[in-house]
Amino acid sequence: MKVALTTSGETLEAPLDPRFGRAPRFLVFDTDTTAFEIVDNRAGLEAAQGAGVQAAETLARLGVRGLVTGHCGPKALRVLVRAGIEVYNTDASTVAEALTAYREGRLCAAEPV
Amino acid sequence: MILGVASGKGGTGKTTVAVSLARVLGSAVQLLDCDVEEPNDRLFLDGRLREAQVVTVPVPRVDEVACDGCGECGRFCRFHAIVAVDGPPLVFPELCHGCGGCIRVCPRGALHETPRRIGVVEVLDAGPVTLVEGRLDVGAALVPPLVRAVKAHRAGDRPAILDAPPGRSCAVIETLRGADAVVLVTEPTPFGLNDLAQALAVARELGLSCGVVVNRVGIGDDRVQAFCRENAVPVLAELPDDRRIAEAGSRGEPLVDALPEYRGVFRSILEGATRLAEKGSGSW
Repeated sequence: MKVALTTSGETLEAPLDPRFGRAPRFLVFDTDTTAFEIVDNRAGLEAAQGAGVQAAETLARLGVRGLVTGHCGPKALRVLVRAGIEVYNTDASTVAEALTAYREGRLCAAEPV
Repeated sequence: MILGVASGKGGTGKTTVAVSLARVLGSAVQLLDCDVEEPNDRLFLDGRLREAQVVTVPVPRVDEVACDGCGECGRFCRFHAIVAVDGPPLVFPELCHGCGGCIRVCPRGALHETPRRIGVVEVLDAGPVTLVEGRLDVGAALVPPLVRAVKAHRAGDRPAILDAPPGRSCAVIETLRGADAVVLVTEPTPFGLNDLAQALAVARELGLSCGVVVNRVGIGDDRVQAFCRENAVPVLAELPDDRRIAEAGSRGEPLVDALPEYRGVFRSILEGATRLAEKGSGSW
C-alpha cells in the first residue's frame, strides 16, 4: 500500500513539510516493498488557488491510500475522502519520524468537518 | 472619454482625486467605484439610491444520475473548482470563475449552471454625478466579474471616471481595460515610487496613455518626478501636503468643494488627461 508524506526534501531524513497543498514534494512510500519515490508538487506550490485540491488529485492519480502531513484544508480533505485516501496529521519533524509513527499506528485519521 | 484613476500603492489619494475630478467635470459625469473590496467614493457624495443589482456568477451543478464520472470537467478546469476523482465530480463554488467550460465539455450533459451571488452594484444620483458602486460580499473572493458588472452600467455617451483598486492585480487590469487615459496617483516616497513603477508597467502593457498626479508633495523627495521624466510620463499635477485636505477628507467632503482654490488644479488634470486621450484614440 502506498502512503504519501509531504516534504521539502528528497530522502527519509528530510523535513516533513507541515503544509499539504503547498508542500514542494511528496515522498510516496510503499509499505509492502519499503521502496519510495519522490513526486514533484511544483504545480501546487505555484498555484494561485486550489493548491490543496490539485495536490489531492495528484495523490488520487498515484493510487495512494494514505496521506501523512501537518495540516490539510477542508476542500482538499473532501477530495481525499472521495478518493478513498485516509489523512493522518502529525507534528513530526522528519519524514522518517512521521512514517514510524504512522506504521506503529500512533496517528489518528482526520475526519471531514 | 473614460478616465481611469489608479495607483500602485494604496492610500495615495485615488479616491480624493477621482471624486474631485468628477465634481469639477460638472454635468452628467459617471463615477464608477471599481474598488469593490472596499468602495468608498460614496462617503464623499450624498447620493440617492436609484438602482440596485445583485451580481452572480454561474457555477456548475452536477446531475449525479446523468454523470458517468468520466472526469472531462475536472481535466478542463484550471482553477480546480470541479474535481472528478471517483464517481460524480465534487464542485467548489468558491473556486469557480464562472467560465462555463466544464458545462460545455461534459459529454453527458450532466452539468447545469446555477447562479452564485458575489456582490451588488448600486447606482446613486449625487447631483450632477452618477455614482456606480460595486460591493463584494463578505467571504466572496471573485473580483473581476463584479468590476465588469460595475462597468456595464456606464452610459456610453457620458464621461466616466473609473476609481480603481490599489495594486496591479486582475481587479486593476479589469478596471483600466478600455480606458482612454489613466491618471496614476502617487506620493513622493520610496514606496510611492516603487509602486508607481509597477502600476505604470501594467498600464503600458495594456496600451494605455498615462499621466501622474503627485500627492502630498513635501513629505519626501523628488525621485518620483525624476522617474516620470526618465520614463516620458507627464506629471499632470502636484498636490501639496496640506493639512486642510486631510481634514476635508476626514469630514467626508470632496476636496474641491471644501477647498475651492484647488478646482483649477483638477481642471488642469482633466485637460492633461484629455490631451493624453487624444494622443490615444479616445475623446470627450
